[in-house]
Amino acid sequence: MNQIVDKVLFSEKVAKFVVDAPRIARSRKPGHFVIIRVDEKGERIPLTIAGADPVKGTIDLVVQKMGVSSSKLFELNIGDHILDVVGPLGKATHIHNAGTILACGGGVGVAPMLPIVEAFKKAGNRVISILAARNKDLIILENEIRKWSDEVIIMTDDGSYGTKGLVTAGAEAVIQREKINECIAIGPAVMMKFTSLLTKKYQIPTQASLNAIMVDGTGMCGACRVSVGGHTMFTCIDGPEFDAHQIDFDELIVRLGGYAAEEKLANERYLKLN
Amino acid sequence: MSTNKEYLRSERDMEWRAELRKKIANKERTLMVRTRMPEMDPAVRIRFQDREVNTGLTAAQAQSEASRCLDCANPTCIEGCPVSINIPKFVKYIEQGSFLEAAKTLKETSALPAVCGRVCPQEKQCEATCFYAVKLQKDPVAIGHLERFAADYERESGFVSVPEVAPSNGIKVAAVGSGPASLSFAGDMIKLGYDVTVFEALHEIGGVLKYGIPEFRLPNKIVDVEIDNLRQMGVKFVRNFIVGKTASFDDLKTEGFEAFFVGSGAGLPRFMNIPGENYNGILSSNEYLTRVNLMNAASDEFDTPVLRGKNVAVIGGGNTAMDSVRTAKRLGAERAIIIYRRSRVEMPARVEEVHHAEEEGIEFLNLANPVEYFADEKGKVNGMRVQRMGLGEPDASGRRRPIVLEGSEFDIAVDLVVVAVGVSPNPLIPSEVKELKVSKWGTIEVNEETMQSSIPELFAGGDIVRGGATVILAMGDGRKAAASMHEYLQGKHQ
Ligand SMILES: Cc1cc2nc3c(=O)[nH]c(=O)nc-3n(C[C@H](O)[C@H](O)[C@H](O)COP(=O)(O)OP(=O)(O)OC[C@H]3O[C@@H](n4cnc5c(N)ncnc54)[C@H](O)[C@@H]3O)c2cc1C
Ligand SMILES: Cc1cc2nc3c(=O)[nH]c(=O)nc-3n(C[C@H](O)[C@H](O)[C@H](O)COP(=O)(O)OP(=O)(O)OC[C@H]3O[C@@H](n4cnc5c(N)ncnc54)[C@H](O)[C@@H]3O)c2cc1C
Ligand code: SF4
Ligand code: SF4
Ligand code: FES
Repeated sequence: MNQIVDKVLFSEKVAKFVVDAPRIARSRKPGHFVIIRVDEKGERIPLTIAGADPVKGTIDLVVQKMGVSSSKLFELNIGDHILDVVGPLGKATHIHNAGTILACGGGVGVAPMLPIVEAFKKAGNRVISILAARNKDLIILENEIRKWSDEVIIMTDDGSYGTKGLVTAGAEAVIQREKINECIAIGPAVMMKFTSLLTKKYQIPTQASLNAIMVDGTGMCGACRVSVGGHTMFTCIDGPEFDAHQIDFDELIVRLGGYAAEEKLANERYLKLN
Repeated sequence: MSTNKEYLRSERDMEWRAELRKKIANKERTLMVRTRMPEMDPAVRIRFQDREVNTGLTAAQAQSEASRCLDCANPTCIEGCPVSINIPKFVKYIEQGSFLEAAKTLKETSALPAVCGRVCPQEKQCEATCFYAVKLQKDPVAIGHLERFAADYERESGFVSVPEVAPSNGIKVAAVGSGPASLSFAGDMIKLGYDVTVFEALHEIGGVLKYGIPEFRLPNKIVDVEIDNLRQMGVKFVRNFIVGKTASFDDLKTEGFEAFFVGSGAGLPRFMNIPGENYNGILSSNEYLTRVNLMNAASDEFDTPVLRGKNVAVIGGGNTAMDSVRTAKRLGAERAIIIYRRSRVEMPARVEEVHHAEEEGIEFLNLANPVEYFADEKGKVNGMRVQRMGLGEPDASGRRRPIVLEGSEFDIAVDLVVVAVGVSPNPLIPSEVKELKVSKWGTIEVNEETMQSSIPELFAGGDIVRGGATVILAMGDGRKAAASMHEYLQGKHQ
């Protein structure tokens, strides 16, 4: 179990790992995530299940290299084992036929968006996807997203690919052009915040998938708490998707930095050792 | 095995016990003073998260303490023990020097004596009803310390008796969760010949014993020995498996599991919902203790980080609060303060822990309750507002109800706050199994005699049934459930 059966580098910092996890491959639904621990000394980190093959018994994880834990995962190759993989966790996305869906993915957020886009398409929706990143190299899974979208718009901060500009510029153009029934936003917290502000202006129901800091992922610790509509919720069991217009993004952004100093130190130690 | 009066009498009438009673006059026994548990020096121990505070009785100390016990004709101590351990029998074995026999006696009723000897709130249970405490107004026999002694002696002797297991009957049963409730359930079922699998959501077996209670109170290796024992007896442990998520009960039934014991605990931390509670640096005791105990966050070699505070406030007065505040001290806090809304006497924590905390320089701010938190420009907590409380009439729990003293607010500088105001039942199983009957508090409803839920093949016990309770009660539930599940399955297979 937990063996890496394939590893595909999308860029220097983004890779797809196909992991043997038959139980999870069978029971997961779009929107679910797993928690992994790379080795005995590792921390537990959440990663969205970007896809699964229930017949082969594998799940896909698309990972961005950030700090120690993701770097350790990157060191693993085909044939290696991830020590612990547990899931599927979180609530599945509510998939239904809403009409036209606008799916906005920022950076590695495109990975968790992929199974959701696929499911919405299969449920009979018209799907418009926007992939946004700082530059061309960071645009991932474009072909996979295309397969399940009626239209794909690429936005880069530096204009190295697609249209130059932020995800919100692309989204607003679409919203002004046609009727959007629902929106999904997955990516860095800041990106989700501004996407949410935009769709609020146009009163389009929007779901955002939050990337809060987690420990257990089963509702036991409260590390992942967020304020939604003035209530404290746990991202791991009440989410990770919430009504974006109700989320206190500013609090989320502050909380994401809760261990920044410790993580930086750990990363420096890690880089020195390697 | 039972509280059965005749059984107790026949045991007491055995010759060796009668002899032993005659050896020392009761008068003389009652004049002896209770042996003090040797412990590490507070100034030294606060530097180590993983060194046990109590170092354990020597054999001579244990025998001397055991000889205080009067081997009463009516041993009221047993009534105070939730699993009715035959206390005088094991204590007299210690007096006699038959330590392995003492350990065996404990195991007749308790699956984890080394654990209970350390963490039971004895002063409210067996020791509270000891003849010494009730009739003589003297310090009770140190039953907990003796229990720990016998269990430790057996483990260290290398003669751990692995209980006999009946021939396999091929019937598959599962336990959900691996806390004390499930462990004792698994022990009894494997003895009866069942094919037992324990599923645990986390990457470690042991539940709160591992992720919650710190090593300075309960070393992990002690829990591991018990788990290894179960493994040797044939219990299968599957980690990283969330029943209801990784696979449903229906999936498991298809795979041949015929009955389930749910011991999923009271894992959900409560917060107070006061302004500023989501600032960085404010966390639940579960998060704090899990980082340190399960993830080894205090060690640089491990990747999980933990916040180290100089001024740490811990909210609450239970064992969890005490464990958190003492952990904070060990991680370098200059000030580590308990903030509790009632007074010292109402504190639910074990008396010994409160005493140890005091020795370690923990400050107690009683009759006080937080009302608001403040933070710096980066969103990290830097202060809190506290309100003075008074005590009113007793409430449903029999403890005097705290009442707010208006206009009594004052501020304290803090850089880390641990909230330990209680836990709610883990909602996972009830939310995945819609037909299951749960109370308005979210606990699983069971028949108290049989621990059977509204779904016949599903039994439950421990904190998921009781809300936050104790290790020994959880274990008692596990055993009760095993007995009635056995009956249920035998009926089905006739
Ligand atoms: C439900 C959920 C699903 C996720 N799915 C994926 C996924 O599919 N692919 C993926 O690459 N990542 C995903 N993440 C984020 C991933 O868990 C973090 O990137 C990872 O924990 C970082 O660990 P690290 O030790 O490598 O970096 P750290 O050293 O922990 O962090 C490095 C930097 O990243 C920031 N950071 C830390 N945690 C997070 C976070 N949760 N989100 C954003 N920034 C963070 C830190 O502030 C720091 O600046 C998901 C998170 C959640 C909660
Ligand atoms: C910090 C702390 C200190 C304490 N100190 C004491 C003390 O000194 N004395 C005392 O008597 N009591 C103490 N207690 C209380 C005692 O630990 C609990 O009452 C006892 O552990 C409850 O046992 P349990 O078996 O019901 O559940 P737990 O020990 O809570 O174990 C439940 C396990 O089930 C797992 N689980 C949950 N859902 C699932 C699922 N769907 N699938 C698989 N696994 C699942 C959880 O991950 C967990 O490991 C303390 C508690 C805490 C938190
Ligand atoms: S199990 Fe607990 S209550 Fe029972 S005798 Fe032992 S210490 Fe006392
Ligand atoms: S009540 Fe006290 S003195 Fe009497 S048998 Fe029990 S432990 Fe011994
Ligand atoms: S990660 Fe611990 S409660 Fe959500």
